[in-house]
Amino acid sequence: MHQTNTDVAPKLVTFTLNGKTIAAQEDQTILQTAHAHGIEVPRLCYMEGMRADGNCRTCMVEIKGERVLAPSCCRYPKDGMEVTTNSPRAVISQKMSIELLLSDVPETSYTLNSELDLWAKKMGVGKPRFKARSQPVEDVSHPAIAVHLDACIQCKRCVRACREEQVNDVIGYAFRGGYSKIVFDLDDPMGASTCVACGECVQACPTGALMPARDVAKVVPDKTVDSVCPYCGVGCQLTYNIKGNQILYVQGRNGPANSSRLCVKGRYGFDYVQHRHRLTTPLIRKKDVPKHKDFTVDPEKWHEVFREATWEEALDVAANGLRDIRDKYGKRALAGFGSAKGTNEEAYLFQKLVRTGFGSNNVDHCTRLCHASSVAALMEGINSGAVSNQVRDVVNAEVIFLIGANPTVNHPVAATWIKNAAKAGRTLIVADPRRSDLARHASYYLQFNADTDVALLNAMLHVIVSEGLVDQNFVRERTAGYEALAENVKKFSPEAMAPICGIDAKTIREVARLYATSKASIILWGMGISQHVHGTDNARCLIALALSTGQIGKPGSGLHPLRGQNNVQGASDSGLIPMFYPDYQRVNTPAARERFEKLWNTTLDPEPGLTVVEIMNAAKRREIRGMYIMGENPAMSDPDVDHAREAMATLDHVVVQDLFLTETAYLADVVLPATAWPEKVGTVTNTDRMVQLGRKAIEPPGDAREDLWLIVEIARRIGLDWNYTHAREVFNEMRQCMDSIAGITWERLEEQSSVTYPCVKEGDPGDPVVFIDAFPTPTGRGKFVPADLISAAERPDAEYPMVLITGRQLEHWHTGSMTRRASTLDYIEPEPVASVHPLDLANLGIEPGGVLTIESRRGSISLYARADDGTPRGAVFVPFCFYEAAANMLTNPVLDPFGKIPEFKYCAVKVTSGGDVPERMSFGGGTLLADQMDAVRE
Amino acid sequence: MSEPTGLKTPSKGKRSRVRATPKGRAVDPKAREEVRALLGEAPRRRDLLIEHLHKIQDRYGCLSAAHLVALAAEMDMAMAEVYEVATFYHHFDVVKEGEAAPPAITVRVCDSIACDLAGSHQLLKSLPSILGKDVRVLHAPCVGRCETAPVAVVGQNPIQYATIEKIESAITCGEVTHSTTDLTITPGHIDYAAYKADGGYALAAACVRGERSPADIIALMEDSGLRGLGGAGFPAGRKWKLVAAEPAPRLMAINIDEGEPGTFKDRYYLERDPHRFLEGAIIAAWAVGIDAVYIYLRDEYHGCRALLERELAALQADPPCRIPEFHLRRGAGAYICGEESAMINSIEGKRGEPRLRPPYVAQVGLFDRPTLEHNMETLHWVRVIIEQGPAWFAGFGREGRKGLRSFSVSGRVKKPGVHVAEAGITLLDLIDEHCGGMLDGHRLYGYLPGGASGGILPASMANVPLDFDTLTPYGCFIGSAAIVVLSDQDKAAAAARNVMKFFADESCGQCTPCRVGTEKALHLMHDKRWDKPLLQELSQAMMDASICGLGQAAPNPVLSVLKYFPWEVE
Repeated sequence: MHQTNTDVAPKLVTFTLNGKTIAAQEDQTILQTAHAHGIEVPRLCYMEGMRADGNCRTCMVEIKGERVLAPSCCRYPKDGMEVTTNSPRAVISQKMSIELLLSDVPETSYTLNSELDLWAKKMGVGKPRFKARSQPVEDVSHPAIAVHLDACIQCKRCVRACREEQVNDVIGYAFRGGYSKIVFDLDDPMGASTCVACGECVQACPTGALMPARDVAKVVPDKTVDSVCPYCGVGCQLTYNIKGNQILYVQGRNGPANSSRLCVKGRYGFDYVQHRHRLTTPLIRKKDVPKHKDFTVDPEKWHEVFREATWEEALDVAANGLRDIRDKYGKRALAGFGSAKGTNEEAYLFQKLVRTGFGSNNVDHCTRLCHASSVAALMEGINSGAVSNQVRDVVNAEVIFLIGANPTVNHPVAATWIKNAAKAGRTLIVADPRRSDLARHASYYLQFNADTDVALLNAMLHVIVSEGLVDQNFVRERTAGYEALAENVKKFSPEAMAPICGIDAKTIREVARLYATSKASIILWGMGISQHVHGTDNARCLIALALSTGQIGKPGSGLHPLRGQNNVQGASDSGLIPMFYPDYQRVNTPAARERFEKLWNTTLDPEPGLTVVEIMNAAKRREIRGMYIMGENPAMSDPDVDHAREAMATLDHVVVQDLFLTETAYLADVVLPATAWPEKVGTVTNTDRMVQLGRKAIEPPGDAREDLWLIVEIARRIGLDWNYTHAREVFNEMRQCMDSIAGITWERLEEQSSVTYPCVKEGDPGDPVVFIDAFPTPTGRGKFVPADLISAAERPDAEYPMVLITGRQLEHWHTGSMTRRASTLDYIEPEPVASVHPLDLANLGIEPGGVLTIESRRGSISLYARADDGTPRGAVFVPFCFYEAAANMLTNPVLDPFGKIPEFKYCAVKVTSGGDVPERMSFGGGTLLADQMDAVRE
Repeated sequence: MSEPTGLKTPSKGKRSRVRATPKGRAVDPKAREEVRALLGEAPRRRDLLIEHLHKIQDRYGCLSAAHLVALAAEMDMAMAEVYEVATFYHHFDVVKEGEAAPPAITVRVCDSIACDLAGSHQLLKSLPSILGKDVRVLHAPCVGRCETAPVAVVGQNPIQYATIEKIESAITCGEVTHSTTDLTITPGHIDYAAYKADGGYALAAACVRGERSPADIIALMEDSGLRGLGGAGFPAGRKWKLVAAEPAPRLMAINIDEGEPGTFKDRYYLERDPHRFLEGAIIAAWAVGIDAVYIYLRDEYHGCRALLERELAALQADPPCRIPEFHLRRGAGAYICGEESAMINSIEGKRGEPRLRPPYVAQVGLFDRPTLEHNMETLHWVRVIIEQGPAWFAGFGREGRKGLRSFSVSGRVKKPGVHVAEAGITLLDLIDEHCGGMLDGHRLYGYLPGGASGGILPASMANVPLDFDTLTPYGCFIGSAAIVVLSDQDKAAAAARNVMKFFADESCGQCTPCRVGTEKALHLMHDKRWDKPLLQELSQAMMDASICGLGQAAPNPVLSVLKYFPWEVE
């Protein structure tokens, strides 16, 4: 899939294997060839998909004419070669290597699947004749991974997993000879190391020296279920190992986006589904408990606000409330928030319910808060909001330009492909005010001043235009509006922009030249670009970079906004946006409206609806009076959350469908207990435009119901004649109105688990690279849109002298409702922290680890200080996942005029030492594992 | 509502610790400033890691965890990458929090075979209590001064014919560096001016000026029959031809990691005539088409390093012709780095682990470029062979062998040292003609013909020609021509144990047969009666399945004892 179409078929060679003449591919090792011919050769350090290292020496074979034996995992057959895998000489070495290793490991294994035991048994190696080494002690300092180096056979699969696959570079092979040892950092306890718990080492270990903690993998699972990760937009495929109705552990599966790789969330963040806070019964708000914006939810005390209800009553109350508002105040008095965490089928049905049942286009979801400006710029420039190239296409690029994104934290497995490409010699340019882990791998790291994206990018465009690096042919044939851009960037010379953006002119010129002149350059960006009042302008500049240099529409060359949620691409595709029907068909285009009116057999509102923040403002004005919210948590995720909560509290009727009693659910009139990802079936679409199938692995707890069923029940009660019973039926309806996925069948998804769109006709392979010949605009041309410098809405001043940047943490997803209830994730990042440069902390008189208070014009929070020299001077970074110190109490609700995205990445704050220690309710704080970890440590 | 399923109810109010920094160790600003000051303007390229570690070790006497973390940050490397390299080499002392830094002075007592025969084990036993806790006493593998055994190194100062008194005196007087002008150790050397005055570099200049053709020179080298003198004996001229046929850019790596116990010929030549091999390198680089030459010098040769730095500077300041870039790289105490591909990894700043072949170093070597790798002595002979003609060199030899060999002779002979003799000479003749006979009171019992690796032969086989290939039928080889002579006062089994311990200490730890095999073999060899079948089976696997020559050759002494000295272990 990632080939550049220049591959030639591998040459065939003829050689002798154990006396039989066979034809084999020259790029397949002797071991692989033998395996393909049913000849078993033992191996331990070899692992499919990983660079062969040839160190265990159990796969030794005899090659005629060679002085010594050869490791079959590293050698390739040649014409005329005579190879014997089972000669007495070869077998002596194979068995001796196994026996030597066996003599140094404990008799009882730490795993059910020890490859050493397996091969010892197969090769008939009995009790070792050698005395064992002195054994190292165990290391159980990490909440997710147990380290038993007494079972280590030094095969270094974990080293390769950590260093060459994931490139997290934590594991080393230190000392020498018999003292050689697997180490973490400087031989530190794993739990105290830089380990990010991706678990790739555990997956790679053949002997159980590295294992999931607390022996969960020693339980024999009842079944395994293949699915997709529910967290970020990378879309890693995984396998759940199930015992009873419980997920024991998770393994990476060989999906197109991840090749069996996972990150800490995907691998260890699954037990939230079994958390005791899961909603299991419908709840109705008690009559005497009014809604109020000032609160902190303790889900444990749900009964103070709600009473339990039957499904019949809850659904009736929920639907009747919505119906009555519609009938009394009009169609636009209702709004719905769907979720990028749900499936495509749920998203589609939800927007259909709002459009056909509520009768307006007031439907939106959190895409508004992440990439709305990127999408606005992309739609304006090339009429497509999706990525042009897939993440793994970075391997085909010469230059990778990553700006405003921290994928090692937010798209960890995507980051591994970028790191792999950098290691393989691609030029990686990282531009970000915060120095992320990727900076270490970059040829150029540009720590530009926050809020000066346009200055930096226009300066690059200036170099491209003024130094004649423009792809004239591409500009002439495939774009429009170049002259205006060229004129505009004249005033942005690198020399003029250097003092503004903080990057010297020479560097700007170098990276601009590299980007423009390479054979293939790809741009990837994240919310550092989008979450500004000039987010759309930022993205316009990136599009202009690609269009002016022709760096789009070919392998390794394109634009990739890294999508956040597991299904933010799919939820947007499915029409969970106020201005678009499914497949980005504009609401205010008559042809599109007619198409959907016909398909849905109803009349539709011709006006675009309101966006997330606009809906909150309309609620405050009492224009919106009722809402249906499926799986979103605006009471945590919206900017100036105090205002959002106030708006929500004024609504007459709110129905919330969720797993937990979130801050938003706390403001509801009816709460419907829904299903978690492993409890249902459906498709999600990742950042690479791969439609992937999630399968049901476990039953929901109590009386929780599938989201699809809930939407249908509400729909029926507000007058829609729906009878969908399975996601498959919904998907098939979607294919009728979404040309991009029209060729994808449910059966194919069941078979292949993943299909890339555009896939217009059944049987199409799906296009990993798009815009090869034309852009999907009416003229086929891409449009340049010049951008000028606009400052953040709120700059630091004497009163609020520092800048607040908000974002996410590796372990915590979004508002934390899932991850803070996932025992391992919560244990690793238990408390709310603010990252500040150590020198700033010193100037402020704040001890690292001490409490600090951050105040903005909108609110104030207290949390713990973390000294992090990756944070730029004068800035403070706060993740927005902590309810006890909600970053969005501080953020500024101003919007980008085009994307309507709030400026989460910039507002003015004051930081002071001290404050009240944030008060924790009944989750978070690492409490789920605290006792167990204390016990193992003692 | 629902009961907890599977998860334990948390104990309320219990706070886990807040991490005050990002995961893992944080960079200590003071340590980072110190590292920056030490590195100065030096590039932060990862191939310079070992060089940078030396700077810290030399300045602070150890590598503290704080400095390692700071160095990693400074070089944009992972901590594990720095740590695994630092802990690989003997001469780096990694000191973590709560551990004591080593004393200011370290005495390394060589306990390899020649020094062991000369009584170094007695020094090792008595020195710690005599020198007290302010001096660290370590055993060390061969330091390459076997003709003056026993040898101890005080700081960086080698003490020949070491005694407790001499060692104490060096410590008291603070003599901890090796003076390159100390004629008692280095009998004066031919410096750049003297070498040139005597006609040196005229040949290299003539070549570079185009007065000779590369093809002719390569053909001439092939005709001379000169073979690689590091131990493997690959024909030098053919190597030049092979590398020249690979695509540019090509590199050269010169191996002066002379670590095979009993070998000291490279040091001998380097201390006396350093420009001769440099001229050979310039000619080889010119003939093969190489722009950059990396010289890897073992760390134990501190005096040679100072000398070579000085002479290289003189050469580069006033070159006789266009010369390639020369990079002098310092080993850090690892025998395995004498293995050509391990050396290449070490030059690249990595652990000295040998690489698997294929691909061969000539094709994919240093920095993944085609690489001409030579032992220093091989290049030492280039000038004279070209000047005198290939027939001159090939004209030497006995028993049908061709050329000259530099034998490093140690052990129970009257005149140990480097003796240049004809290829094919027998041990008996070598002792008689060059070594002044056996030491008084000693009778020939056996000998190690090729350092630690080449096996052990009995006195009854002292009449076989010594050269590449001639010892193969006896399960032995000549390697770097390090001859250690044993007498009736010695035991072959003890010698075999000594070298097996050496191999276990020096195994890189990469492959199973060597890493585990050497340890297990050593254990078995401590039995009074050796388990012959098990040792033979283990030996076969080690010889057949180890990645490099270390593991493949490690069983040679075991098998020699079983074959030629069975009475000692039955």
